Amino acid sequence: MSDPASPRNTRTIKVDYLARVEGEGALHLGIRDGIVEEVKLKIFEPPRFFEAFLQGRHFREAPDITARICGICPVAYQMSACHAMEKAAGIALPRPLRELRRLLYCGEWIESHALHIFMLHAPDFLGYESAIAMAKDHRDVVQMGLKLKKTGNDIGTFLGGREIHPVNVKVGGFYKTPRKGDFTQLAETLRWAADAAERTVQWVAQLPFPEFDQEYEYVSLSHPDEYPMNEGRLISNRGLDIDVAAYEAHFEEEHVPYTNALHSIHKGHGAYFVGPMARYALNSARLTPRVRAAASSAGLGEICNNPFQSIIVRALEVLYACEEALRIITEYEEPDSPDIPVHIARECSGWGCTEAPRGILYHRYVIGEDGLITQAKIVPPTSQNQKQIEKDLWKIVPQSLHLTDAELQWRCEQAIRNYDPCISCATHFLKIQKEEIPS
Amino acid sequence: MKRTVVIGVGNEFRGDDGAGRMTARRLTETDLRGVDIFESSGEALSLMQCWADADRVILIDASSTGLPPGTVQRFDASQHPLPSRLFHTSTHAFSVAEAIEMARSLTALPPTVIVFGIEGANFDHGTGLTPEAEGGVSKALQHILTELS
Repeated sequence: MSDPASPRNTRTIKVDYLARVEGEGALHLGIRDGIVEEVKLKIFEPPRFFEAFLQGRHFREAPDITARICGICPVAYQMSACHAMEKAAGIALPRPLRELRRLLYCGEWIESHALHIFMLHAPDFLGYESAIAMAKDHRDVVQMGLKLKKTGNDIGTFLGGREIHPVNVKVGGFYKTPRKGDFTQLAETLRWAADAAERTVQWVAQLPFPEFDQEYEYVSLSHPDEYPMNEGRLISNRGLDIDVAAYEAHFEEEHVPYTNALHSIHKGHGAYFVGPMARYALNSARLTPRVRAAASSAGLGEICNNPFQSIIVRALEVLYACEEALRIITEYEEPDSPDIPVHIARECSGWGCTEAPRGILYHRYVIGEDGLITQAKIVPPTSQNQKQIEKDLWKIVPQSLHLTDAELQWRCEQAIRNYDPCISCATHFLKIQKEEIPS
Repeated sequence: MKRTVVIGVGNEFRGDDGAGRMTARRLTETDLRGVDIFESSGEALSLMQCWADADRVILIDASSTGLPPGTVQRFDASQHPLPSRLFHTSTHAFSVAEAIEMARSLTALPPTVIVFGIEGANFDHGTGLTPEAEGGVSKALQHILTELS
């Protein structure tokens, strides 16, 4: 066993299976004589080759194929794929269809964020191994969380046809759109959910937060009229302001030997941070008055630089998504048609970037004159955050060397979960291996 | 009136992992009345929704425990946790065992919870059960009908 009080030790902490993240990942830390020498977040889930096997498929298939990348955020994949194809075809959706897409996205934000807040992240702050253990002492809170998550799923079922991997989304719109009168039950549920989300903000705000902050480059979409989901320019707090078309001129992915996920960097800048913290930092002025008031009550300013408080920001976004869904339902006008025609009969390319619950999700496709995809590129939010997660650990570990190995591991896992990393379908057990090598 | 729910759990695109769903499907073809039958991927929250307000729930899932394929095991999870490793072929983050334990923590577990595990032989990609798992489905069906009679 290593002794954290002894300065002449090498501590190696290996978390072979990260628990409470979406997918299969591991963490290796190496500390020699009180100096952190190694921080490696390893994603060992095998490559899935989606970009390769999209080649040769028809452009209309991309939303449903790419939705299969993730069971938690399939809507995000459908949205980015649809926008890319519509960009290639040179069309834009009329307002009612655009609004329905936003409503579907609200559902995904609610279910994904509620899952993370209550089932994955909150147990870290309260010292529970799992949400199941937490539920014994916090029954009302967990029940509220499950019902909130179900509200998000209800939107998915209502509009997408089923709660996971919706089947109602197509390039050009939807296969079927609801009638104005269909929303009554959903609206009632959402009114409860908005109140529950407000209580959630209050509940998470009083959790004990480790003292930590970092100077981040936040990157998100930004839209002049709304909190970003489907559309906008890509901006950052360090001067980036580009059309999505220029994404690849400013960001690149690099292979890192120890992980199967590519690391993204902002060229000339390095690591960057996407997701709720970035959206909030760059767009908080476009939140509703109720959300801004809740943020203020929770002690959050216009920017939050403590990633452990991302749980508050997620709760604020749940509240926003409930309110936004209610606005869309109230203002909804039935479209003339559930979709608009989309034709591609020439070689062209299109790109789309939307705000998945975990951050920007970029798609680009090249399509032949036969409508078949010849090239596909997909950059998910987790690969964009991966480098930033490691940078947080590089700072957190030296501040936490007084902790025991078990406590240090806990703190590091909690720091990783600040980003709600979505590696894909999750493992849920933890195997710890610890070695000590005398220096 | 007491409500009984039967849930077949699994992923039919992973070979014998579809055995639980197949059992539920076969059960719908019998002359069973007063029982709600569901198929589920095994995602915990949707399982909990399926059995909400039920007095008795019967779950059928594929298992991989090293016993001869086609073996059917019966567990009474009403009072004690399932041996969770027996059901690790679940398709999502929270398994059948975790759904049961979450419900128990929330005091939302039906009074009677019976789980049948059908030992699978092949969990590779693709549809269709092995003959052994098919045999397990028939056996499980008989067990369930006895349980419900």
